[in-house]
Parts: sequence; C-alpha cells; structure tokens
Amino acid sequence: MIELLRETAAWLTDPALWGWGDRTIPFRIVQHLQLAIIPTTIAVVLAVPSAAWLAHKRRAEFLATAVVNIGRAVPSFGVLVVAALLAIRWGVAVSFWPGVVALLLLALPPVFTNTYTGVRGADAATVESGRGMGMTSTELLLDVELPLGSPVILAGIRIAFLQVMATVPLIAVIGSSGGLGRYIVDGFAQGRAARDQVLAGAILVAGLTFLADLAFGRLERALLPAGLREMDRDDVMIETSVAA
Amino acid sequence: MTPLLAQSGDPLIRWDWILSHRSDIWERTLEHLFLTAVPVGLGLLIALVLTVVSLRWRHLYEPIAQTTAVLYTIPSLAAFALLTAFLGLFSVWTAVIPLTTYTLLILVRNMVTGIDGVPPDTLEAATGMGYQRPRRFLEIELPLALPVIIAGLRIATVTVVGLVTVTALLGRGGLGHFILDAFRRSIIFPTEAFVGLVGTVIVAVGLDLVLYMIQRILTPWASRTEG
Repeated sequence: MIELLRETAAWLTDPALWGWGDRTIPFRIVQHLQLAIIPTTIAVVLAVPSAAWLAHKRRAEFLATAVVNIGRAVPSFGVLVVAALLAIRWGVAVSFWPGVVALLLLALPPVFTNTYTGVRGADAATVESGRGMGMTSTELLLDVELPLGSPVILAGIRIAFLQVMATVPLIAVIGSSGGLGRYIVDGFAQGRAARDQVLAGAILVAGLTFLADLAFGRLERALLPAGLREMDRDDVMIETSVAA
Repeated sequence: MTPLLAQSGDPLIRWDWILSHRSDIWERTLEHLFLTAVPVGLGLLIALVLTVVSLRWRHLYEPIAQTTAVLYTIPSLAAFALLTAFLGLFSVWTAVIPLTTYTLLILVRNMVTGIDGVPPDTLEAATGMGYQRPRRFLEIELPLALPVIIAGLRIATVTVVGLVTVTALLGRGGLGHFILDAFRRSIIFPTEAFVGLVGTVIVAVGLDLVLYMIQRILTPWASRTEG
C-alpha cells in the first residue's frame, strides 16, 4: 500500500504530465471543466426562462413533477451510452460535442424543476401585495417571484452542475474525450500495472470536483439577493438532492 | 449469449433479442436489486448511528453533515477507481462501499430534520406520561419522523439504483451490464443499452413505489392529515 502511494505520488509529479499537450494534466483539467460548464450553462439558458414562465402562468404542473420523479430514476451512465450509440449510428464520432449534448440532457431536469418549484413557491401574500401595488404580470415574475425563488433555483443549478461534473469522467468509457476520467479508464484497461495511474486519476477527479463545488458555492452566495443570503442552503438541498 | 452482429439497417429495438434473453435480464435485475439493497441497508444502519450521535451531541452534527456532503460529491467513477487501487477490481466491497457512502448525506439529513420536526408539545406529553429517553426516541420521535425519513430513503434508493449501473465497469452492475455490453460489443445495436436503461428506470420507479406504500402502511395518520 505504501508502495502504491509512493508510485502514485511519482506519477502525479511527473514533469512530462504538467506541460501542455493532449495527454497532460492541465489540458485534461481544462477539457473536464469545459465539459461540465458548457452543458450546465446551456441548461440554465434553456430551462430557467421556460420553467419560470410556466410556473408564473401556473401551467404544466404535471410536467414539472413528472420531470423530477422520472429524471431522478434515469441513470446518467445509461443516458451517456445510449446517446453515444445513437451518435455513432448517425455517423457522429463520440467526442466533445456529442458528450456535451448527453450531459445537457442530464442537466436540464434539476434546473427545470427547481426553477418551477422556486417560482411557484414564492410567498403568495407577497405576490398578492405586489399585484395590489399595481405591478404588471412581467414585473411580478421578474421582481418578486424570481428573486424569492432564487435560493431554490440556484440549488437546482448547483445540483445539475454537480451531476454533470460527476458524469464527465464516464465519457472516457465510451469515447475519446472525458477530461481527467481518461486516466482512470485507460488505467483500468491496462490492469494492475497501471494502479498508480488509476489512483492518481481518481484523486485528480475527486479534487477537481471538490474545488469546483466550493467555487460554485461562493458564486451561489454572491448571486443570492442580499435579503435572502442568511438562509441556510442545506435546507434547500434536502428536498432537491438528485443522483450524481 | 450469442454474439450480436449488428447491421446499420437494424431497428432501434429488436424485440426478439429481449425475448431470447429473458432469463439473463431477470438474473441481472436480481443482481441490481442486491447491489441496491445492501448499500441502502448498510447506509440506513450507519445513518441511524450518526443521527443518534448528532442528536445527542449537537456540535457533532455540523462536521458529520459536512463529511457526508463531501463523500456525496465524489464522482462515482473516481470513488470506484480509488477503492479498486486498494481492494482490487473484483471485490464486492469496491462497489458496495461508495454506494453506501452516497446514501449517508440524504439519510442523515432527513433523519435529523425529521426528528427535529417532532412538535415539542408531543415530546413533553410523552415525558409527562413517563417515557424515558431511549423509549421516547424509539416509540415517539422515530415513528413521528417516519414520513420525512422515508422520503429521504426513497431519494437515496433511487440514487443508488442509478449508480449501480456504473459498477458494470467493475464487472458487476446489474442491468448496467447491458448498457456497457451494448457499447463494447456492437456499437450500432442499441437494444441492449435500451434494456439496461429502461430496466434500471423500472427498478427505480418500482422500488420508489414500494417504499411509498410502506410509508402509507407505517404512518396511517399522515395520509389522514395530508388532505
């Protein structure tokens, strides 16, 4: 075990892996982050406005609950492989962009449902008083319902981001891309001899996810409306935890 | 199993393949249920201990919650790879340990929140009736917190059902085996992958339903006040 840890440390500090090229650690960190940030961003752009509008108009109640219940039960690994198979069938290689599309499918449900729940759950009395003050429907949505729902909405984006971060390494199983997961999957393929590479890859993947989550937590706090910043984020997470 | 020689003109789903692999699918479904039940069961036991500790020594709750949150964020592939390095690829613990840790965040939080939500008046009444601490916990606090606890159990179970598929990379995986096999053997034949994907969803939804029924049976008072 000590031997393995020493080998792993040697692997991680190999200067050849710290340059810039398509096998190096910095390159794969950047690829890993791109594969997580791009689908999450697209999911936010697509799902937040549509879910907010539907919730504001009190429509698609059934859709919102169906999305969360079924969405939670769908295994990310399965989505990834089926997307890959279809991509190959249609003559697209599984690399960066098909990976992004598959990850987008995973990011959409939590963002959609949490936005819906957040807007829908805005305090009725507050919304009513806004209406009484003569606010238009759009003003109510943008100035009252969205800010009040923002803790739940941001929690949804965080869950989506975490789930995508956890799934990015699995792309390495089915395609050439996959960021830091590449080291793990290639290591598995080489058997016992590459145990140091597998362990190093695992440490890199877990470390990057931890740091990204920490950074997202900071961002989340900064984005919250000042009046809601005191709220305990953990309470929002309980109802909305989704498989990673 | 017969090897699949897929043609690009093959239909998306070949029903004959599903029919001729019924026993195989059943076996993998049972494996999937086993790989779900063991981690969730272990997780429930560990979470119960952590909850009792958190309630008894309040200052320990924060570190316990944070530790389980960190464990929860470790990507499944990394967690399996980490343990593979020490336990080997084919130990069942390599699959079970990470799956168990993923349940802890949800279970501990829901248990503590649920028990915290028991009305103080009820507790006082119980104490007034002569209930001692351990008996009050087992007979009053736990049952009253059951709806919240089972809600957590449902999320944890469905989460684990999805993650079991990833253990196909360790030579296990229940229905995840079909997902990986579809990719490894024939890339233009998605029937197997669909069987794995849809089968996993069915198992998840089925277990969720079973837990919901159990909750209805164990907490008849909750459905009466639900409206």
